[in-house]
This record gives sequence, structure tokens and C-alpha cells, in this order.
Amino acid sequence: MTQAADKLIIGGREFTSRLMVGTGKYASFEQTALALEMSGAEIITVAVRRVNLDRSKESLLDYIDLKKYTLLPNTAGCYTADDAVRTCRLAREAGMSDFVKLEVLGDEKTLFPDNEELLKAAKILVADGFTVLPYCSDDVIVCKKLEDIGCVAVMPLGAPIGSGLGIRNPYNIRIILENVSVPVIVDAGVGSASDAAIAMELGCAGVLMNTAIACAQDPIAMAEAMKLAVIAGRLSFKAGRIPRKLYANASSPLDGLIG
Amino acid sequence: MQIVLNGDSIETMDGCTVEALLQQLGIGRERVAVELNADIVPKAGYEKQLLSNGDKIEIVHFVGGG
Repeated sequence: MTQAADKLIIGGREFTSRLMVGTGKYASFEQTALALEMSGAEIITVAVRRVNLDRSKESLLDYIDLKKYTLLPNTAGCYTADDAVRTCRLAREAGMSDFVKLEVLGDEKTLFPDNEELLKAAKILVADGFTVLPYCSDDVIVCKKLEDIGCVAVMPLGAPIGSGLGIRNPYNIRIILENVSVPVIVDAGVGSASDAAIAMELGCAGVLMNTAIACAQDPIAMAEAMKLAVIAGRLSFKAGRIPRKLYANASSPLDGLIG
Repeated sequence: MQIVLNGDSIETMDGCTVEALLQQLGIGRERVAVELNADIVPKAGYEKQLLSNGDKIEIVHFVGGG
């Protein structure tokens, strides 16, 4: 099983990397660019904000080779469907692409999704021709509704955004995987490489993360760790793990023992 | 005339278009999106779209985010 044969297809586009990374919280744009490079990611998230009218400030896109990456603009900071839809339309105009990471948040402390507003926004955006990747709760019913609306993937959280708590409910992720046909991408909650590998071993199509890389002590090294973890987790899932057994099963032959 | 740009009142010349405003601000048109009174102005319309006194303009771009 080679990586080349194991493409991820989202919204009709083919990707080799199953790691998607955010571009926020880095110490500098140089560090962002290096971490993106080391992560091997092909899809990177960005936020939509007012331009800084002080022209002396550089912008993120000055540091990013747009031929190498697919930009996935997010609706971070939106708490209503209307704000999220407005942000997506601006993103489409700025980026000339219809890919959006839709998030509609419920409250500032948890940053959990407001599923009611999320579904409302997803309906409007799909009808308006957007390719919608929604950040959502690890709730199979919501994920099925998002799939029915026409979202090209579902992106349940592993744990609260930026928490680094890992995949808090792997059983919910498994239930989602068994019940939706679109790619399932764990978005948010990953803290370390093993968390990313667990998501992939569950059978997820990909993992999206930002803080785990950007706020690691060495973001460049962590970007590489995450890249390898996602590849290892995917291969492990495809290879098929052994069943868990309570008792030992010797690895060395019993025949030919001395004595 | 006065317009409200990204939440702040600024002075601009009468008969200013979106294109002229971007030039005045030194902002390249490729990587931004412009809203005029909450409606998106398509890039193809920047030269033609005139601004009026009191208009609310938002100019956005991509920044780092997760």
C-alpha cells in the first residue's frame, strides 16, 4: 500500500497529504512557512479579517506559495449563520475559490459549535455553490444532517479547540465513521503526534490542527512529527490491527526449545 | 466626503471608486474582498463602483487562522 495510491478526495479535488494545518498563533510568518513545509500539508486554513491599513505590515500570503497549498478560509469568530455566510462570501471573493471551513460557534469559553446555526449556514452555502467543510460536534446525527445538506466532508472535534486534550470520545468518532459516507476529518483537540495517529487509526480521512503545531516548543519539529503520525496512523488503519487479547501469545516458536 | 472604512471614518475625494480607494490605500486588489454597505463588490466592478458620502466599506483579506 503506497501513499501515492491512497489519495484523499474532497470536493472533487485530490490530495496526497491527510494532514491539514492552520496558520494561526505562530511566532512569525517565517515560522509559519517553515512549519507548513515540514507538515507536508496541502490544505491550510486561514481566517478572514479586516486589512490592516498600516501598509508597513506584511501579510501572511507574502510568505506562502499559493501554488503549493489549497487555502481553506474559515469562519472563526462567527456566532451566527448570517455572519458565517457573510464571511464565506468575502472569502470566496478574496480567494477566488469556493472551499470553506464552516464554523459557527456557540460560546467563547468552549468554542463548541452551535449546531442549529451551523446547519442553517451550511444549507445556505451549499445552495450558493460553496464546497463546505463544517467543524461540528462529535455527534453522528449532526454529521448525517450535514452530509444530507451536501457538505463534502464532516469535521467533528476531538476536543475543544486549542485544548490539546486529544480524541476524547473515540467511540463517537467511530459511530460517525460508520454512518456517513463523506470524509470524516478530526478538527480540533489534537495535542501530540499520538493523538493524530489515533484519529487516523480510527479510520478518519484526515486530521486538521493548528495549536498543537504552532504552540509546541518547537513548531517545526512538531509539524514533522504530525506529518509522520498521520502517515503512520493511516497505514496502521489500512494494514488492520490485531485483535486485543487478554492473555499472551508467544512470538517465538515453541518447537526446538532446548532442554 | 466621509466614508466609514473598516469601522473608522475617513475622508476621501468625491467621485471616488472602489479602485481609486484601494489605490489611495496602497492595497492590491488581488487578495482582498470589498463590501459596500454589506454587499460584496465583485472585482470586475471596482473601477465602476462609485462611493457616496456615508458609505460603509469593509476591506478584508486572509490572515493566519485555524
